[in-house]
Amino acid sequence: MKVGLFVPCYIDQFYPGVAIATYELLKKLGCDVGFPMDQTCCGQPMANSGFSGLSKACDKNFVNNFSGFDYIVAPSGSCVLHVREHLNEGASPAEIDRIRNSVYELTEFLIDILKVTRLKASFPHRVGMHISCHGQRGLHLSSMSELVDPGFSKPEQLLNMVDGLELLKPARVDECCGFGGTFCVFEEAVSVKMGKDRIQEHLRNDVEFITGGDTSCLMHLEGILKRQGSGVKAIHLAEILNSNL
Amino acid sequence: MEAREKILQAVTANKPDLIELPEMDLSQAVRYSNLVEQFMNVLKASGADTFFENSGNLLVTDIDSVKQQGDFMINLLEKDERQEWEELTASELKGLDTCYIRAQLGVAENGAMWISEEQMSNRLLPFICQHLVIVLDPADIVDNMHQAYQQIKTGHNGFGVFIAGPSKTADIEQNLVIGAHGARSLRVYVI
Amino acid sequence: MSIKTHAEAAQEFIRDEPRTDWHDETLWFVRQKRDKSVHTLPEWELLRDWASRIKNHTLSNLDHYLKSFENNAIANGIKIHWASDAEEHNRIIYKIIADNKVCKIVKSKSMLTEECHLNEYLKDRGINTLDTDLGEYIVQLRKEAPSHIVLPAIHLKRQDVSETFHEHLNTEKGNYDPQYLAASARHHLRERFIEADLAITGVNFAVAESGSFVVCTNEGNADMGVHSANIHVACMGIEKLIPKTEHLGVFLRLLARSATGQPITTYSSHFYKPRPGQQMHIVIVDNGRSRQLGRADFRNSLKCIRCAACFNTCPVYRRSGGHSYHSTVAGPIGSILNPNLDMKANSDLPFASTLCGSCSNVCPVKIDIHDQLWKWRQVVVANGYVGKAKKAGMHGAAWILSNPRIYRISGKIGRWVMRTFPFIINHPLNVWYKQREMPKAPELSFRDWFKVNQ
Repeated sequence: MKVGLFVPCYIDQFYPGVAIATYELLKKLGCDVGFPMDQTCCGQPMANSGFSGLSKACDKNFVNNFSGFDYIVAPSGSCVLHVREHLNEGASPAEIDRIRNSVYELTEFLIDILKVTRLKASFPHRVGMHISCHGQRGLHLSSMSELVDPGFSKPEQLLNMVDGLELLKPARVDECCGFGGTFCVFEEAVSVKMGKDRIQEHLRNDVEFITGGDTSCLMHLEGILKRQGSGVKAIHLAEILNSNL
Repeated sequence: MEAREKILQAVTANKPDLIELPEMDLSQAVRYSNLVEQFMNVLKASGADTFFENSGNLLVTDIDSVKQQGDFMINLLEKDERQEWEELTASELKGLDTCYIRAQLGVAENGAMWISEEQMSNRLLPFICQHLVIVLDPADIVDNMHQAYQQIKTGHNGFGVFIAGPSKTADIEQNLVIGAHGARSLRVYVI
Repeated sequence: MSIKTHAEAAQEFIRDEPRTDWHDETLWFVRQKRDKSVHTLPEWELLRDWASRIKNHTLSNLDHYLKSFENNAIANGIKIHWASDAEEHNRIIYKIIADNKVCKIVKSKSMLTEECHLNEYLKDRGINTLDTDLGEYIVQLRKEAPSHIVLPAIHLKRQDVSETFHEHLNTEKGNYDPQYLAASARHHLRERFIEADLAITGVNFAVAESGSFVVCTNEGNADMGVHSANIHVACMGIEKLIPKTEHLGVFLRLLARSATGQPITTYSSHFYKPRPGQQMHIVIVDNGRSRQLGRADFRNSLKCIRCAACFNTCPVYRRSGGHSYHSTVAGPIGSILNPNLDMKANSDLPFASTLCGSCSNVCPVKIDIHDQLWKWRQVVVANGYVGKAKKAGMHGAAWILSNPRIYRISGKIGRWVMRTFPFIINHPLNVWYKQREMPKAPELSFRDWFKVNQ
């Protein structure tokens, strides 16, 4: 199984640890992992800001880098959702369609494709779960509090396999953290207020870490936590699943 | 008629290709093992007082006690009394304390009761009274709104209303206040 | 004076953080009531699906349903008027008032009349219209606009209401009891209802097959007005139609549960014919709706039944307040409706969202609100309604991100600058840094690590 590791640009630049954990995890689970060196960005920042026309070159670059893989896996629900919904350029419609359908967010890849039921991971800490909207409401990684549907959660399923981990949920179990891409600067006041409110609920649970599947949300929450001088750390799910493996 | 033509033309030009109506399997809608209990529970939660009895004695006592107080009351349960109220205006009805009325049907899922113009004779009565008393036959309670619309003849009269509690508002800080502009209280007798 | 953008108004709103928390929690409470209520119905998602498809069908045959509604209503003795825009809507109502030489007018909640600014229009012609929904009454006394389509005064605290009532109704100063305040309004408005000549209402649903319409309230104010007055004027947008009476079963089950968590509104009044001696008018209004019908990406916003569930669930709305949307219909649904009415004036609204998608999930008629927000962003930008700095920034980012080599070099330089000269980045002009620390810039990117460690 040839797996292309898709490392979103800001993870590559600022959170290499998340990408390393993802890479190591996939390798240890038996995947043949490749990392196309010329990948950059999926184009989401432009498209979500109303400039989808400007993301065409990113589309092409993405296709050039990833057309040779059975699966494309990224530790980011948001970027995966963008590719799945908006990738348009750089190949025939059939190939675009194939690529769109072969791109997976890490936890759904582990659960749905690799069918992981056990992990040799240990993380003996109190961990707060942050559900990222694009992974949840976009990729349906977990059930949504608004819908009358049976409950499920792929990220939680995986976290429950980790030794010693105590998973704690905030009162508003799936409210947005306020990152929202360029929203975080163009609507700075609301963005930060939303982030502060999420953090407040996690603090009430006395967590040591806040985890989630999207580094963008975590970067935003981490920025606020650090400014508050809090000892609580943001950590990507991949880093927990890969710990002590 | 210029606006009419303009609007209809624009709608015709801009509407999408015809999309079919859904086939609705109404048997999928919620049902209850105890209709009366469900109905009364929902009404209570909506701020109504509910009474379930076989004899109708409680209702008689209710009417007698209001009569004794000497307040302006209208009893629409008595068929012969209906006509005389038809013509009354709002200012003539403004002192109305209690109004008794029969509902044609009750809905267990939401406590709503259907009252048509036939029963109310004057459209203002169920609203302008301070206290509304509705009487319902338990055999006329259905599970849900789909069944309700199958049973009621909505177009039969000029007006009809589902009433599901006393008038209320939560417009001040989401604080529930019973008694907005319609009746301040609702008593429901399921007999 | 230019209108503040959503972001500017929101920033002001949030400055009072305790009040923002209160606003957020109050509306979240409504969302929770909605959740509790919808979870009692196992068929909830099926109901949403039916409602969505009934509305899609209706929109796809709207000209037919409008005509059949008109015919049936006329046969019932109702007078039908058509208005292309807000001005015509107002003119029609003014003419009814003038023709009948009446002056005592009560109005129940109608967002359409707000959209058309009817009150101001009539006021300019010397006619006062009294809003009778308690929330609308409060904001009318305060000369404010509603901040929420279902809970018009939700931005106000009981102390604010108490002060307003003390000033206008001479209620006890310092009495903040909602029961007392509501009772005072009831007492005052009863007289106005009783003496009313003409009552204006909105329309929740108009049934094509019978020419009838349904008005839902909890307060009973619509009924108090229309059954007292000799003239009833009901105002509706062309999108209020549904084909059949049986469809009311679907929509009435969804509306109140979505709006407030109640299983149904206290009063669901079905109007077929005027009572003897009464005039009943319906004003059918387009005001941009037929244009929206022609926008394939946005037409299904016309399915909206104005429950405001998307307001209550929206984390942005809850923390920025209705007035920050500078439009009659605020919240996520407003952000996809208003650009159709005036794209330039509302070009900020599609960006007043994180695209979290909660709005689409609570929508009882399954409008894909967050997808439409994304699509409006594209349209707004394509039409040039975007700031120069943002445009330049996006072009710059696109250039870097589409060239792998430039991306690598810029990344390396950027991280080096952040590590070496943090003060260049950690600066008040960096909006991110105002209330958040920047991420730590590592020496090696993942790519650099991979080259060494693969």
